[in-house]
Amino acid sequence: MTRTVAYNIIQLLFVIGFAPLYAGVLSRFKENVQSKRGPSIFQPYRDLWKLFHKDEVVSEETTWIFRVTPYLVFVVPLFVTTLIPVLTDYPLAFAFMGDMLAGGFFLGLAGFFAGLAAVDTGNPYGPMGASRTRMVGFLAEPVFMIVFFTVSFVAQSTIPYIVQQKWVASPAAFFSPAHILLLIAFLMLILAEGGKIPVDNPTGHFELAMIDESKGLEYSGRGAALMKWGGAMKFLVLTCIFLNVLLGPWGLAHGQQLGDVLLAVPLILIKVFLFVIVLVVIESSLAKLRLFRISEFLGAAFIISVAAMIASIFSVSVA
Amino acid sequence: MHGAQIPFAEALNPLAAGFILLSAFGMVATRQVQGVMRFFILQSAFLALSAFLIGFSRGSIHLWALGGITIAAKVIAIPWVLKRTLPGDLYERREIDQALNIPSSLLLALLLAIAAEFVVSPLVTTSADAVIRVNLPIGLAGILIGAYSLIARREALPQLVGILAMENGAFFAGVALAPDLPLIAELAVAIDVVLIAVVIGVLTRDIHRTIGTTQAAAMTELKEESQP
Repeated sequence: MTRTVAYNIIQLLFVIGFAPLYAGVLSRFKENVQSKRGPSIFQPYRDLWKLFHKDEVVSEETTWIFRVTPYLVFVVPLFVTTLIPVLTDYPLAFAFMGDMLAGGFFLGLAGFFAGLAAVDTGNPYGPMGASRTRMVGFLAEPVFMIVFFTVSFVAQSTIPYIVQQKWVASPAAFFSPAHILLLIAFLMLILAEGGKIPVDNPTGHFELAMIDESKGLEYSGRGAALMKWGGAMKFLVLTCIFLNVLLGPWGLAHGQQLGDVLLAVPLILIKVFLFVIVLVVIESSLAKLRLFRISEFLGAAFIISVAAMIASIFSVSVA
Repeated sequence: MHGAQIPFAEALNPLAAGFILLSAFGMVATRQVQGVMRFFILQSAFLALSAFLIGFSRGSIHLWALGGITIAAKVIAIPWVLKRTLPGDLYERREIDQALNIPSSLLLALLLAIAAEFVVSPLVTTSADAVIRVNLPIGLAGILIGAYSLIARREALPQLVGILAMENGAFFAGVALAPDLPLIAELAVAIDVVLIAVVIGVLTRDIHRTIGTTQAAAMTELKEESQP
């Protein structure tokens, strides 16, 4: 028991510690591909350090929501981390605390408060970005659910660890058309939720075109740091769900020893780095969609996920 | 379940099937002529891959030949022929004219895929063959979605790609049902397909030359051949 709690804490530290690195490697690599030099991969850490040492300015017009939101945005991905396999392929202490829908609800809670906080300041760009984020969010929600229901249906469980074991380990599920379709649908979802290029431009600094970024415009100092860090962690958590639960168990620790879990850290980092390459290719070769084409993009993701569900239901009922 | 006794090469076949269904959806979802063409090439490439995989695991030389023919005809010859015969501005068109908008088209394509699974499911319950279970519904879905894009698109080149996608779907289902189809039949079909592409390409070029457009929607009036 104490051991699994300790491993859970290692998972949390992994997500807290490497989320900025993930963002840094992604932006550096993207700039390199576009034949620019790009910032150092440790730049996000320096940004966080700088922001934590700056004074925070909070408008007098804001309410408690504005103050609470950065902490929520920071903490919520950590809650989700306790539910999903980040480093180990066997359930840890808090694995049965909640299922995948609980994870979705947690992330939804952070998004909800971030939206409210953006409206709270009265800045004209905040509500605009918040409403756009909600639009992307509610279009993404059905895809989220269908993907989860499909894998849960195959695994007969909604706990991410169990799903990971049943769904990816059994060859009948792994080698099925549904697997490819689900992966593509979830990849499109990650791009939308993480504010990546076909949906949103993460490096854009033009307020009128912002979707995800505009929520944090009014924050300064510690609040801005927490929002940034929380956003990076959320993206890493989604990536871990994609890579570990849906794609495959490679790199996850199988043994119970501490050494196995520590060995999983570089392996998972390598896996995430390979995913960074895929993301960079996507982000560098596509153009940002017009706002009202986003519904088509996520609609396509929805269609693909439903096709996956149908394929898996029929193949399971036959087999 | 069945995983233990299926050879690895054959186990990869459903993944290729997933990509084939995916590119069928892609052909419906894309607005650009070039994009439709790319999804068709992708679909044909995965079709050939699937034929190679099944041919490898069953030791069937026919399927190897089929995969080779598919690559030669659909991945190389047809795109090249169409590129040569058709004027370049057809490829540069970004918005394809079509009867329904993209989201409703996608929903209809999804319904067609569900219908295909539903129709096929009573047929495959008795068969123990894993390849048939995967290929038949997805091949049928490919045929139906190709037929749909043939109906909904109002532009010559995407309509042609719709026909070819139907052929791809039939091929994919056929690989599972009759893996030892005589080579001569498949060779005839492959040459047929290239000829269809050439004929439609040349016709489209002529239509484009005389009328100035290839949008089916714009061709509602009769036109005199020789004006003074």
